[in-house]
Amino acid sequence: MKKEQQLDLYYQMVLIRRLEERGAELYQAGKIGGFMHLYIGQEAVSTGLIAAREPRDRVITAYRDHGVALNCGISANEVMAELLGKATGMSKGKGGSMHMADTSKNMWGGHAIVGGHLPIASGFAIGDQYAGNDNITICMFGDGATNIGYFHEALNIAKTWGLRVLWVCENNQYGMGTSVDRASAVTEIRQKAEGYGMKNGQVDGMDVLKVYDAAKDALKFVRENSQPYLLEIDTYRFRGHSMGDPERYRKAEEVKKWQENDPIGIFNKQLLEKKVATAKALDEIEVRVEEEVAKAVEFAEASPEPAMEELYTDIYCD
Amino acid sequence: MAKITMREAISQALMEEMDRDPKVFIMGEEVGVWGGTYAVTKGFFDKYGAMRVKDTPIAENAIIGGAIGAAMVGQRPVAELMTINFGFSAMDYIVNQAPKLHYMFGGQFTLPLVIRAVGGGGRQLGATHSQTPDAIFAHFPGLKVVSPGTPEDAKGLLKSAIRSNDPILFIEHATMYQVRGEVPEGEYTIPIGKSKVQRAGKDVTIVTYCKGLELSMKAAEELSREGIEVEVVDLRTLRPLDMEPIIESFKKTNRAVVVEEGWKSYGIGSEIVSRIYEEAFDYVDAPIIRVAQKEVPLPYNRTLEQAALPQVADIVAAVKEVLK
Repeated sequence: MKKEQQLDLYYQMVLIRRLEERGAELYQAGKIGGFMHLYIGQEAVSTGLIAAREPRDRVITAYRDHGVALNCGISANEVMAELLGKATGMSKGKGGSMHMADTSKNMWGGHAIVGGHLPIASGFAIGDQYAGNDNITICMFGDGATNIGYFHEALNIAKTWGLRVLWVCENNQYGMGTSVDRASAVTEIRQKAEGYGMKNGQVDGMDVLKVYDAAKDALKFVRENSQPYLLEIDTYRFRGHSMGDPERYRKAEEVKKWQENDPIGIFNKQLLEKKVATAKALDEIEVRVEEEVAKAVEFAEASPEPAMEELYTDIYCD
Repeated sequence: MAKITMREAISQALMEEMDRDPKVFIMGEEVGVWGGTYAVTKGFFDKYGAMRVKDTPIAENAIIGGAIGAAMVGQRPVAELMTINFGFSAMDYIVNQAPKLHYMFGGQFTLPLVIRAVGGGGRQLGATHSQTPDAIFAHFPGLKVVSPGTPEDAKGLLKSAIRSNDPILFIEHATMYQVRGEVPEGEYTIPIGKSKVQRAGKDVTIVTYCKGLELSMKAAEELSREGIEVEVVDLRTLRPLDMEPIIESFKKTNRAVVVEEGWKSYGIGSEIVSRIYEEAFDYVDAPIIRVAQKEVPLPYNRTLEQAALPQVADIVAAVKEVLK
């Protein structure tokens, strides 16, 4: 991968981290409402994955979606504005943290019913297959979503109909507070693809370049064979499930152990060791991100609330 | 005008729209090779092929969720639920996804989806296969719910539904596919969201739809022989609800009976009665009566099942009651 692209990936990961850290503060200050699920610790997953897609490939994900939105090219301003429920958010303040989408960037949401978006992802691929398009639908979901019926119906029809879907399981070891081994018949999620005769793979989700390579290979397989593929990406969220999580289900030592594997730290070290970038260059990215996040907060806070008419807008098209 | 069956009317609407717009396709259980369990799509598979008439696995989430996805990316799927009772398996998609996505994402995409579903009792299919849960679906803003009572309306409304950019649940009745009626020759559509006076009268207003229309028209004829002229207003669309012809009729008759096949509690009739009281209280001359299904799961036994379902005699009695 070219130096510029590597630095861009580093920038994206730092942007997700800093934007969400500010988001957490704003949440504590009562400026962001509802549920908010932070992606901190998992940045390498969507950053490596989305970097591997063609712009024509569709992306759909679950509610832990701020990072994916940024990776798809949605601006920090719009993400922050949507978090604050402002009219300038990409969903006009009507979606919030869990429902970020910008279809012009082929980011199709942000879906908050666990597993519910998997059959919809199959549907995108049904539509594209029907239209004769050669794009792929990348569907991201957590390990928890692989235990619900939607998962089975979606994967079964995808394999049966030869749908171009890259199924990406972000295995962050917990579905809310229940560990994978307490909820899933198999702890290696990729094994579930075997039951559908579906090609599958597994990759370390704390290393962005490994994720990128694995995603490239998987996308190539889907494109060339018009068959789905399930990629399990192993990762860990450093924060609670959502903002209101007492974290009684995991030990501080376990969290600490994973935090030593910080995906941003790992990538930082790689970039320096391989002399892709100087420490100064990486520091400059930090500064640039800090400024961008500060401006995004400023933009979001200064943005207007949605007009009252919005209450009755977009219920129907006709 | 040609006289055709409800089945032919629905089939014609599907075929005309598939011929008109290549984005329209059908997906569902046994819609293709089998020809549809109620034979509505008989011959479609041979005419349009497997890509446009998709036989799905028995997997309602994959069917309705898949149709939602295909609609979001620009196609115009007509998804079929073999019975509306199977819609409960896909409840998340019908009430929690399809009606919400356009709004929740700030109107970024359209959702031109039709879900055809067969509902209703009277075929001795037992409690889980015989329901009329229309009110549940009509509860959700963002979804449109259509349920025709004549072949003419079925054809015209289904054509409008397929052309609409909104998610629409189109409810047909399992016992009405052989019902015959006049249908205009050639191209026509009927707007969604418009109630219609199906029979003019001056004494009592009957508000009904779908199977209730068939029963109410029979009751009206019987009552007419006794000199009672009822006006029958057919809802045709349950959401958005068009109260105008109902209120207009009620202001004339001052008495009403609401007929539905579903259960009385929290039903379509409850909604209609409330709205009449809200919008025309000063015109009320007698308490409005609801004729509906008995509050039991439908039994298999024919006599018991018929005892639970609303009958023509119940409607006749209700009309006489409001005239007392």
